[in-house]
Amino acid sequence: GCFVFKPSPKKRRVSQKTANNFGERKDDSEDTELRFVTCQSLWNEIKSETEQIQEDLNKQLFDNLVSFLRRSHSEFQEKTTEWTCRMKSKEIPTAALVLGVNVTDHDLTFRSLSEVLQNNITPYIALLEAKDCPGIKNLMQKLMGQLMNCYIDVDSLEDEDYVPVSQNRVRCSMTSLINWYESVTKKTDSETPRKKRTSSSRHWQSPPVVVIFRDMESFTTKVLQDFIVISSQHIHELPLVLIFGIATSPMIIHSLLPHSVSSLLCIELFQSISSKDHLSTLIDKVIAFLNRRSVCELKHRVLTRPLKADLSEVFEMESVPESCGFWLCIVEHFYSQPLSVLCCRLVDAKKRVDSLSHNQCENIRRLPSFRRYVESQVSEKQIALLTTDSYLKEIIQKLLEDLHVYHENYVSVLRCLHVFTSSLPKYPLGKQIRELHCACLEDQVWETEEYESSLQLARMLNKSDLVTMLQQCVEIFVSSSGKEFDKTVEKLKEFLTQFQKLEAEAFQEQDVSVSSQKELQKKTDLYHLQKTLLELKESRRSKKLTKFEMLRFEVVDYIDSLVRNYLVPADHKTLHEIVYFNTASVLREHLNAAPRIALHTALNNPYWYLKNQALKSDGGTISNKAPDICIAYKLHLECGRLINLVDWLEAFSTVVMAVEGPNADAASSDQVDDIIHARFIRAVSELELLGFIKPSKQKTDHVARLTWGGC
Amino acid sequence: MPNLEHPAYPAATLLHLESLVPCRESQVSMLLSIFGERQQFSFPSIFIYGHTSSGKTYVMQTLLNTLQLPHVFVNCVEYFTSRLLLEEILIQLQNSSSETEQTSHVPCDNFNDFVRLFKQAVASRELQDQTLYIVLDRAEQLREMEANILPAFLRLQELTDRNVTVVLLSEIVWELFRPSTGCFEPFTLYFPDYSIGHLQKILSQNHPSEYSADFYAAYINILLGVFYMVCRDLKELQHLAVLNFSKYCEPVVSGEANERDTRKLWKNIEPHLKKAMQTVYLREISSSQWERLQRDDGEPGQLKGLSAHTHVELPYYSKFLLIAAYLASYNPVRTDKRFFLKHHGKIRKTNFMKKHEKTSNHLLGPKPFPLDRLLAILYSIVDNRVAPTANIFSQITSLVTLQLLSMVGHNDQLDGPRYKCTVSLDFIRAVAR
Repeated sequence: GCFVFKPSPKKRRVSQKTANNFGERKDDSEDTELRFVTCQSLWNEIKSETEQIQEDLNKQLFDNLVSFLRRSHSEFQEKTTEWTCRMKSKEIPTAALVLGVNVTDHDLTFRSLSEVLQNNITPYIALLEAKDCPGIKNLMQKLMGQLMNCYIDVDSLEDEDYVPVSQNRVRCSMTSLINWYESVTKKTDSETPRKKRTSSSRHWQSPPVVVIFRDMESFTTKVLQDFIVISSQHIHELPLVLIFGIATSPMIIHSLLPHSVSSLLCIELFQSISSKDHLSTLIDKVIAFLNRRSVCELKHRVLTRPLKADLSEVFEMESVPESCGFWLCIVEHFYSQPLSVLCCRLVDAKKRVDSLSHNQCENIRRLPSFRRYVESQVSEKQIALLTTDSYLKEIIQKLLEDLHVYHENYVSVLRCLHVFTSSLPKYPLGKQIRELHCACLEDQVWETEEYESSLQLARMLNKSDLVTMLQQCVEIFVSSSGKEFDKTVEKLKEFLTQFQKLEAEAFQEQDVSVSSQKELQKKTDLYHLQKTLLELKESRRSKKLTKFEMLRFEVVDYIDSLVRNYLVPADHKTLHEIVYFNTASVLREHLNAAPRIALHTALNNPYWYLKNQALKSDGGTISNKAPDICIAYKLHLECGRLINLVDWLEAFSTVVMAVEGPNADAASSDQVDDIIHARFIRAVSELELLGFIKPSKQKTDHVARLTWGGC
Repeated sequence: MPNLEHPAYPAATLLHLESLVPCRESQVSMLLSIFGERQQFSFPSIFIYGHTSSGKTYVMQTLLNTLQLPHVFVNCVEYFTSRLLLEEILIQLQNSSSETEQTSHVPCDNFNDFVRLFKQAVASRELQDQTLYIVLDRAEQLREMEANILPAFLRLQELTDRNVTVVLLSEIVWELFRPSTGCFEPFTLYFPDYSIGHLQKILSQNHPSEYSADFYAAYINILLGVFYMVCRDLKELQHLAVLNFSKYCEPVVSGEANERDTRKLWKNIEPHLKKAMQTVYLREISSSQWERLQRDDGEPGQLKGLSAHTHVELPYYSKFLLIAAYLASYNPVRTDKRFFLKHHGKIRKTNFMKKHEKTSNHLLGPKPFPLDRLLAILYSIVDNRVAPTANIFSQITSLVTLQLLSMVGHNDQLDGPRYKCTVSLDFIRAVAR
């Protein structure tokens, strides 16, 4: 696998549902269970929340699809005999579902889609994957299997006498499918009056049969063509609807199907929202969620790290927090930080502080941020903090509360700042709130150039924009739970009223300027004209700072002060280690698997993985205690593109024989030991299996090196 | 125009038949004379070919149904294996003989069984020595089944010793069928394409009852004027005619013009049809969407066609991978050093040569390249350092499944897989932006 290095205990731990491993790393095994439980509950909350969000995001798409399906076979229901319907060639209704390459998980989407369809439209759904359908025969088999099974699923509770037909006996043709469909629909028809319309009442008399092609791109052209041609001939008897899952672009339909086939389809396009939007809504929601629950403010810092990586580098494909990164952050945090016990709701945290053991107190004293705090206190207090546990606990509670308040305020102010920056031209601080968030966590944001330039830009905003922004800010602050914002809200409201006053004044000013303009027109004398013009210019310059502009400056300065007050990076806060996870390098190691590098380390430096003291070497030398394959690998690194097997064997045996040392002198003289020979062959074939070498036909008794970078 | 005449069938039926198959009278009369009377042995196999929608299937079906000749009609695409095909023929034979009782399903694995079962089926049907017709539609599929199927069908009369005629319908010529081992030569019959006059006549035949035939014929005339250049497919034209007819009628319904006012009607419909040619005909937007647009009187511009959504979102490194793959596919290997190395020495002034190369490379299409070259180019075009992580490799694989790259050679070749870049220059330009 890809994760050969670093035995990661994550999965094992979760599956075992025990917290034993949690404390194994350090000897501070306190509260491991508690930590484990906290971690799990937190994760479950986040997970359910994100699932909810995902569902909401997909809702629009699914609603459209459902209405399309309802529409698609309405004619089939009504059996109209109108002229138009008679004459029109019947097309297969087809939904082209463009999901995009980067979108989270197609599997999940399709599963929830078929669930939705099952509930709303039809029980007859088949989901086909390209890998199951290399030929039309397999496709039909798969299709019929799924459809007929699903029938059994639906009615299994009600019919005991239904005998499931074995797959082999059913002929794999459209005719048998049609017969099946007829019998099924007839059955429900006849049953409905008898039964009190239960499940069938949700569907119509003859529900459509939905066939979903999960990955349209991978299907072979011929299979698709044949299937479409066949089903188009029976569309009158079997109300079929196709759904193409497309990852790239809908153009693929045209490139896969010739016109004669695509003319049999009635394709409508459904596009899911782009992954970027998806991601940003998700992150915004998660931040909001963490804020609301105020469970723990952990991993914000770290959240941003993988996200940055996600966006710019690798992970775009699966950048849901569920995908490793986020989960890993949480686990890693709870795993490596013994103090993460306190990473829970404030009320609980206070209780837990009371029950902290001495060891844990020592742990806290060791925190760098706490040390900084201690150093800033007066000397008596310092002693008390360092010696008395009870006093320490008191202080901790207070500090935790501070941290909590800080975070609450932080989010509100962050949003407020985002309101301002998101509408500036060129977005110096980023378009999305998450970019702003990253910037704020990274460093003191007000010291950055981008912040400076965005303030400059903010000072040039026009009035209407400014007013709407201020209103938004007021809303944010009012809705936030922070207590300190009453004043802020008042202040902002004051600004707003001032703006309104200005508006009234502005009218008058306009009048003045208009009158001066009139004066200008009256004067025809050149000297006077020049004079007035100069005056006008002068007045304009001095007027540069109108009341509005003054006010604008005030507003911007006020926002600036808010930012300086509340958007202090978390590192500067005491006890931030408890809730902020900060070791992104661990994450990178876990997430960016590098198989080649891992393989090289394993073969070059076996001690790294095996942890056997005997294998510890200084690098350059080749230890004879290393596994055979390592020796062979190291020797092969010294060779060129073509390796002479005999020389290699010679070198190999020399290295291996060194173990026996002087007493084996005689044996090593001319003939290589059979056992060593066998070991060598085995090592070489293992290397071949790993893809480092391959047999070459250029020279006899030579193998070719496959890795480049050799001399 | 040749009137259908045949002594074996009543004149009224023939007249009815003639009205059903306009513009195909000569072919039908030819077929009738080959078929002969009901009990007469006909030619063992007949091969009918002609372009898409030249009425092959329709004519055969109407002919056999109107004259009530015993027949079996099978589509070879639908019954994609020989076993399915043979069984389907037998099932159809049995069903038409005894409709009340469901005969048990008899497995029929090979042609030998088929001949035996066929004889039984024919015997039980009491055909009074009438000729039985087996029509195999889309017969080109037969070539992909076992080698003996096609020759055996051609000689079915001889093999079964029954009064049976096999009719093959196909879009391709007989020469492409002929097996290398030789076979019985069927009687070949060509169905020519419909001319514009024929199309006009056939399309006008099915006019809606609310409007007069002349009015509809005028409409068809306009329609053909627009579409005949691009499409001669009868089915497609019919479909388009129905889709756009309501728009044509609009002025008449609203009272702005009467049915005779052809010029006004033409002005109304012509731009509309042109739009239809660019959208519905190419299946850029579906016909149901088109109809909804017509009903709501919306502009088709609001609805983007399928081709409008060409933008493909790719992960960061996938974009670079794709660009690197494109470069590797279209640049010769020897230029790599010059393009991707910082210190590559002098560029020789071979401008003319280079120009020549470039054009030809794009005309020749993509060339395969090994994985290592792809990675080497990737490293040189990405600014910062790239580690060859599992992500990169898995992204290559996912590009292959998305059919943006394609693998050359066998899938199971582990060492040194070779790829080709299958996307166009425009696509790469869009990605590179």
